[in-house]
Formats: sequence, C-alpha cells, structure tokens
Amino acid sequence: MWRTARLIAAKDLRVEGRSRVVVNQVLPFAGLVMVLFAFVLDSDAVLTRVAPGLIWLATVFGLLVMVQRSFAVETADGALDALRVAGVDPVGIFLGKSLALAAQLVVLETLLAGLAFVLYGVESSGAGIVLLVTTMIPATAGLAFVGTLYGGLAAGVKGRETLLPLLLFPVVAPVLIGATRATEAALDASGVATADGWPWVALLAVFAALFGVGGALAFGSLIEE
Amino acid sequence: MNTTAPNSTASAAPGPRATRSRGTGTRFTRGLGIATIVAFAALGLFGLVLSPADVQQGESVRILYVHVGTVWVAYMAFVVTAVSSAAYLWRRTRSLTWDRIAGASAEIGVLFMAVTLFTGALWGRISWGTFWVWDARVTTTAFLFITYVGYLAVRGLGGTHEQRARRSAVVALLAVLEIPLVHFSVRLWRSVHQDASVAGRGDVTLDGLMLFTLLLGVVAFTMMYVWFVLHRQRVLMLADLVDDRGLDDALAERRREAQEVQR
Amino acid sequence: MDDIGFILTCYLVSFGAVLLLGWRVVGRGRELSEQVPDEDKPWT
Repeated sequence: MWRTARLIAAKDLRVEGRSRVVVNQVLPFAGLVMVLFAFVLDSDAVLTRVAPGLIWLATVFGLLVMVQRSFAVETADGALDALRVAGVDPVGIFLGKSLALAAQLVVLETLLAGLAFVLYGVESSGAGIVLLVTTMIPATAGLAFVGTLYGGLAAGVKGRETLLPLLLFPVVAPVLIGATRATEAALDASGVATADGWPWVALLAVFAALFGVGGALAFGSLIEE
Repeated sequence: MNTTAPNSTASAAPGPRATRSRGTGTRFTRGLGIATIVAFAALGLFGLVLSPADVQQGESVRILYVHVGTVWVAYMAFVVTAVSSAAYLWRRTRSLTWDRIAGASAEIGVLFMAVTLFTGALWGRISWGTFWVWDARVTTTAFLFITYVGYLAVRGLGGTHEQRARRSAVVALLAVLEIPLVHFSVRLWRSVHQDASVAGRGDVTLDGLMLFTLLLGVVAFTMMYVWFVLHRQRVLMLADLVDDRGLDDALAERRREAQEVQR
Repeated sequence: MDDIGFILTCYLVSFGAVLLLGWRVVGRGRELSEQVPDEDKPWT
C-alpha cells in the first residue's frame, strides 16, 4: 500500500515536472487572485486585517484547479481504469494522489503566504511563524484528502468542472475557518494572541484524520465502476 | 379504480388503459394523503386563528408552527437518506430500493430545508431584526442544504443504476462526516468572535394550545413526508424500469438491424 | 395583527411547497405508470 502510494505520488510529481502546469498556470493564477483582492479591497488597513482569509481562500481556489488537473491526467487515456484493472490497491492510489496534491499545495501556500507578506505588508513574530508552518501541515493534509476524494468521484463524468466546486467547497469550509483563524493568530495585524491559534490547529488535525480515514475507505468504491 | 391521491385534479376515465392508469397510489397512501390534507387544514386553522399570540414574541410565533415542522422533516429526511445509503452499501441489505428511498428522502429534505431557511429568515427579521445570523445552527442548516443539493446533482450524473446508487450512497455518508465538523467549527468560530449566540433568545414559553399546534405542525409535515417518500420512491422505480426498457428496446432494434444486414 | 404579511408568506410558501410537490409526484407517477405493465409494480 505504502509502496503503491509512493509510486503514484512520484508519478504525479514527474508528470508535473515535465508538463509544469501547476508551476506555469496554477501558481500565477493564485498570485493573480491575491493581486485582484488588493484591487477590490483597496485599503492597506483592511488588507492586513483580512490577509489570513485571503491566503486560504486563494489556496482553496488553487486546490480546485489542481484537483481537476490531477484527475484530468488520470482519465485522459483511461489511466485510472488501467490502474484498477491491474488490481492496484485503491487505498494506495488515494494516498499517493493525496501526497502529490499535498506537495503541490505546500508550494502554493508558501507562495501565497510570501505574497501576503510582500503585497499586504503583514508582519509576524518567531512564534507566529512556527504556528503558521504548523497550521499548514494539517490544513494541507485535510485539503489534499478531500480534494482527492471528491476529485475521484467527479473523475470521468460529464459536467465535472461545474460539479466539483459544488461538492468540494462546503466540505472544506471547516478547513477554511480553522486555517484562517490560526493564521490570524500567527500574524500580528489582527490583535489575536498567538497562543489562541493552537486550538484551531487541533481542529484541522481532526479534520485531516477523519477525511484521511474516511477517504481511504470510500475511495475504492468511488472509482470502481 | 382511479387514484385519488391528494392535490390531484385529474381523475382519468377508466377506459382501455384501465389496468395501467393506477399511478403510484395504494389504498394506504390514499388514506394517508386525505389525513395529511385534514392535518394541514387543521394546522392552518390552529396556527393562524385559534392559537393565541405569544406574550414575548407576539404574532410572529405563528411562523414557528410551520418552521418547526419543516425543519424537523428536513433533518429527519437527511437521517433517513444516510441510513438508507448505509443499508445500500452494506452487502447483505444491498437493494436499489434503499437507493431510491435515499433519493426520494433527500429530495424532500432539500425542498423543506429551503422552506425552513426562508421561514426562518422571515421569523428572524421579526424577532431579531435581521434576516440572517451567523449562528451555528443556522449556518449548519445552510451547509446541509448546499451539501444535499450536491448530493442530488451526483444522483443525476448518469451511468447505470448501480453506479448511481453507489456513488450517491458514498456521498451521503461523507456528508454525515462533514456536517458535524461544519457545525463544530462554526460554533468555535462564533464563540471566539461574538458574545453569546443570538439563538438563545428565541425561547418560547408555551401554553397548552400553542404546544398542541406545534405538535400538530410536526405531525402534519411528518405525514406529508411519509406520503411523499412512498410515492416518490415508486416513481423513481418506474423511471428506472422505463430506462431499462428503453435500453432493451434499443438493443433489440440493433439486433434486428444486424440480422437484416446479414440477409 | 403585527407582521401579518410575513406570517402569511411563511404559511403560503410552506403549504404551497407541499401542494406543488404532491401534485408533481402524482402527475409523474401516472405518466410513467402508463409505460410499465402492472406486473412490474410491487404495490399493485
């Protein structure tokens, strides 16, 4: 199972390394979203205040595009069917694709957080940075699990581009709430003490654990048809 | 014998298609349908005329008689959907009937959830002065609504009946995982940012007649729910059968064509 | 009576939803019922 997961993840990252879709298209898109937020909100004070929310909102938009890319690769030449027919463990596929997605998400989140520091002028302390990095781990895991799960569900059906956000966004709401509040505590602007962020990290961890287990159980029956 | 299900105006004459014009009614659902109509008439009478205005809330308490009924049915519908989905996924009870019950139940749940959000917003406007509050209960209800709209979209994706059933059953069970998390995170979020939740102020002191009317609302909407699920589940079964027959006809036609070509 | 408009709207929407739903499901049931022989209907 773990070996399958590692192979699948390596394959996905190699596909990305060759095609550079995420690097050349998704990351610029997410950066663009951050710039557009600055246009509409139009005030430095407001921007620093809402920066944590914008980081995670842009992350979720990026997640949507990445998930669609991740499963477009699988369905294009019937690759997913081939894997299934070959008897590859679906739990391994689920973990592998989640892992590859998580790796790409980490790059995206780092970029977005960096942009928030540069563009929105947010500031942070040492303890804040520790909290920010710790927040990213369970938040990324949760987003990757949910993205893979619903991406697999929508893979290969007509109208998946429009269906996926409808299914995905309600589910990621707890991540959006938790990660935003934790990031708010990590950054100085909002006046929330850094220590107040840690309960939210716990919530994110619970979310990631539940959807990790639930996804591993459900993924098999979603892709076998 | 013609269907005399509630709300229907047409009663087709028993002609050449007498054996086939039955619809989805049985004696039981007809009786239940008539009882439902009576219950709703009584609810309107008690809710709007006979019951008194509340000491604190005034007349707006009348909204609660329908609001509580619809919210009860909506949540019950989603529990039924989850349980029937689990019954479908469990190998020993696997049957498309469970899938159809889940689908029928989710449909009525979505509709009544929409009605609940609507009546709740109007009630909130009167009692709290605002249509919407970011309260955990209200927000969870809205998320439940959106999630099951997505569930119905998944049901409409196509494929075989079994594909539809398995896919939608998994989605329904994932919703069971999602909704408590949403509720919990919204509660945590509000407790950090806001003083006490607004919802607590809606407490009502009930006298006997008001309690009776409230229960009447719950009973009336529950009867409606049972009636609807029975009918709708049969309609979904008919739709599946017609679908299958369409496929069989198409196959038969292809075979005929092939034979003609061979000749 | 205060807020009579809001209250009546609530009753109208709730009862109307029930009526509409009932009417549609019965109509659809009759429509499909004609295309399926009675042997296939377990409730008859």
